[in-house]
Amino acid sequence: MQITLTINDKLVIWDVEKDEILADTLRSHGLLSVKKACETSCCGLCTVWVEDKSVLSCTTLSVRAHGKKITTIEGVSKDAEDFARVLTAEGSEQCGFCSPGFVMNVLAMKKELVNPSDKEIIHYLTGNLCRCTGYMGQLRAVKTYLGVQ
Amino acid sequence: MNKVGMKSVGHGIRKIDGMAIATGKPVYTLDLAMSNALVVKILRSPHAFAKITTIDTSTAEKVEGVECILTFKDVPKERFTLAGQSYPEPSPYDRLILDEIVRYVGDEVAIIAAVDEKTALQAMKKIKVEYEVWEPVLDFEQALGHASVVHPEEDLHCNFDIGLQKEQNIASSYNEEVGDVEEELKRCSVIVEDVYYPQAQAHAMMETYRAFTSLDHTGRLVVVSSTQVPFHIRRQLARALQLPASKVRVIKPRIGGGFGGKQTGSLEAFAGMVTLKTGKPAMIIYDRKETFSCTTSRHAMRLKTRVGADQEGIIRAIDIQVLSDTGAYGEHAPTVLSCVGHYTLPLYNKTRAVRFTGNAVYTNKMPAGAFRGYGATQGTFALECTVNKLAEKLGMDPTEVRLKNISKVGETFLTGQGVLLGSTTLERCIEKGKELIGWKEKFPSRKLENSKVRAVGMAITMQGSGIANIGTASVELRLNDDGYFTLLSGATDMGTGCDTILTQMASEVLEVPMNHIIFNAGDTDTAPYDPGSYASSTTYLAGAAVVKAAEELKSKILEQGAKFLGVSVQDVEMEGLTVRTLAGEEMSLAKIAELTVLGTGKLQLVSSATHGMDISPPPYVAGFAEVEVDQETGKVELIDYVAVVDCGTVINPKLARIQAEGGIAQGIGMALYEEVIYNAVGKMASNSFMQYKIPCRKDVGKVRIAFEESFEPSGPFGAKSIGEVVANTPPPAIVHAVYNAVGVRVNHLPITPEKVFVGMQKL
Ligand code: FES
Ligand code: FES
Repeated sequence: MQITLTINDKLVIWDVEKDEILADTLRSHGLLSVKKACETSCCGLCTVWVEDKSVLSCTTLSVRAHGKKITTIEGVSKDAEDFARVLTAEGSEQCGFCSPGFVMNVLAMKKELVNPSDKEIIHYLTGNLCRCTGYMGQLRAVKTYLGVQ
Repeated sequence: MNKVGMKSVGHGIRKIDGMAIATGKPVYTLDLAMSNALVVKILRSPHAFAKITTIDTSTAEKVEGVECILTFKDVPKERFTLAGQSYPEPSPYDRLILDEIVRYVGDEVAIIAAVDEKTALQAMKKIKVEYEVWEPVLDFEQALGHASVVHPEEDLHCNFDIGLQKEQNIASSYNEEVGDVEEELKRCSVIVEDVYYPQAQAHAMMETYRAFTSLDHTGRLVVVSSTQVPFHIRRQLARALQLPASKVRVIKPRIGGGFGGKQTGSLEAFAGMVTLKTGKPAMIIYDRKETFSCTTSRHAMRLKTRVGADQEGIIRAIDIQVLSDTGAYGEHAPTVLSCVGHYTLPLYNKTRAVRFTGNAVYTNKMPAGAFRGYGATQGTFALECTVNKLAEKLGMDPTEVRLKNISKVGETFLTGQGVLLGSTTLERCIEKGKELIGWKEKFPSRKLENSKVRAVGMAITMQGSGIANIGTASVELRLNDDGYFTLLSGATDMGTGCDTILTQMASEVLEVPMNHIIFNAGDTDTAPYDPGSYASSTTYLAGAAVVKAAEELKSKILEQGAKFLGVSVQDVEMEGLTVRTLAGEEMSLAKIAELTVLGTGKLQLVSSATHGMDISPPPYVAGFAEVEVDQETGKVELIDYVAVVDCGTVINPKLARIQAEGGIAQGIGMALYEEVIYNAVGKMASNSFMQYKIPCRKDVGKVRIAFEESFEPSGPFGAKSIGEVVANTPPPAIVHAVYNAVGVRVNHLPITPEKVFVGMQKL
């Protein structure tokens, strides 16, 4: 069936299967930043924004996104780069596979929380798993980025 | 060489691929696959042990869009191993691409390739298989001499004697004794012993296993794979598919984590077979369930230890007996087994006798394989728990027992064949760790107001740096026509940052900025041979090869530069991308490059180096844990973890710290949360992140890393290794802390609230 979406500020009309998930739809249209690592809503890697809110695209049906505004990291590349510069200066991206989902959630958090504490940051980002870094470096980078040392 | 005044080495430089992977650029295997690739799916065994009596694919083949279906009848009959090890591999050749006998729930039965996933899955349902179901071997402690033989086949074989006795289900055995352990124990005034069960742990790298295969313009098989070992995969595929290795090219793009999992081949041969049969590109992706249940895990083990000491607390005898569960196939079985001893016994060298014996046994469960720590993790758990127990029995502080017994620079150890220890700051690591955790005030424990108790615990560990006499690395370096450099290497960055570290070293020696060096790695067509990134070898071995090649190229550049400038080579130096005479005349590298490649009679400036070592210098970690245990529920909360690391010279402090923090987190997972579990009929129960918990942000507490650098004389710029050693201390240190809190020793990992609670009831 056909759905209409605004992807990264561009209006598109796409054919999707009824049981297709948003992560697969986005990837099949070249938005290759979108990664999956569990498909059971456990890892946060597939995080994108639907109507500017973080959503797990592995468990969102594409048809449910009809008429909505979708943002992937490709659509916020400037902000993503600003944060990535801090993250990489800290050396806290290792394999990088978790980055797209993690970065999207950090950018969402920045809009939502003012001057968050360590505890609030950790709580907000808990759903974003990372097997490489042990999280401490990501926390240092997030705090530097938010200016909440 | 010394770090003072260095421009790249020793600096926390950003990774050369950092921005791309931090912003989601399409640089991983799946991102590079052609969209028209066939989708490959695997039909798997529902039985733990069975023989396929009939398999009928005729209906399935008729499904529109199915390109090919392969069964055991269609694959070459040459056995091989998936272990990514240098040839001749020590692991037994006990596999076929598809076998008539299936040896665990999830073992491969048929390969299905179709135009898309749905079609492949639809066809899979139409394959009719009948099995003769056999009694499986599920408990590894019952494997030896079990009525069922996991590998009855005649053609199973090994490249050399690894103690395999297939009728007994023994994949490999190991025996080493120096001195007389029994006699020595009799002379000890204090003896402690216990039995430990480190569990099977899943790698759980975020990028699951995947490969993309196609034929190139000359008909060669090209495999893009998320692997740590491209050259080993090439050799494996050549053997499994019965092709000359020259007909196979393996490319490793960016990979989303490995931790040793991707040191074992997995699905490459399935897609490779499909491409060879159909001539079409093919893509195979394991989902999370297959990644959990159809690849490899850490070897679960049972370790019986005995340690004896004199009244002063000097350890005189160590005895370790291991039973290792290698599962259905023997990937890494002999080597993980021997590493249990190799990476623990040298810690304490006042011993007069040591013995290390063990068997790795076949069972009808998912195979075990390489996993960060590689036997040292299991060995460290058992030995360090035992030494903590010894300290208590001696009435000594456990840190003091370590300080009295650890090996020092210039010393040897019983099983070390006379090799002198070149570098260690373990003593300083222990002192520093005590200070950071607040050992003096906190050891052993203190009660809080509520029902909770806080306590500290500790452990030390070592690993190697590369594999002595086997590990090797080659690199090639050239001055390009524009004055930039290309460094070709077979090392495989899996997020670890070795592409950056090797570039840092080349930049330091060549005295050019890092962005003047193009680092090209991980393609078997262009890179010189490198076994891949495992065994904590890349910084130490590939790094030394880079230093050698860069020194050679630099002297060639100076020679050429001097010739063009009309002076002798003693009178020139490299400076600011030029070769300069003492009088101040200079020629740019770009000009030198141009003059050495253009026109007749020229020779482009290139260098190459191969480096291997007859030793494997150990890095060290002293780990300290502080926990809070709830006496009412048995729940353990990790409050603080301090790891002090001796990895020799730190080449990149930022990347070294992240390696350490990540390794500690993985160790915390093993200590507190993670366990591969099977049900009564041998089906894996922990096959998703809902059943298998890896640490999340809230579980790691506070992890603090400090470095106590040593200078390893045999290492590049004095470096050793860091990748694996950092994973080993959390299980024994946290077990120790929990014991100090509530008096319960958890010898069977992980430490669950239930085990702690039940343990408290028994006190
Ligand atoms: S893939 Fe969506 S949460 Fe893991
Ligand atoms: S960096 Fe590898 S999973 Fe996060």
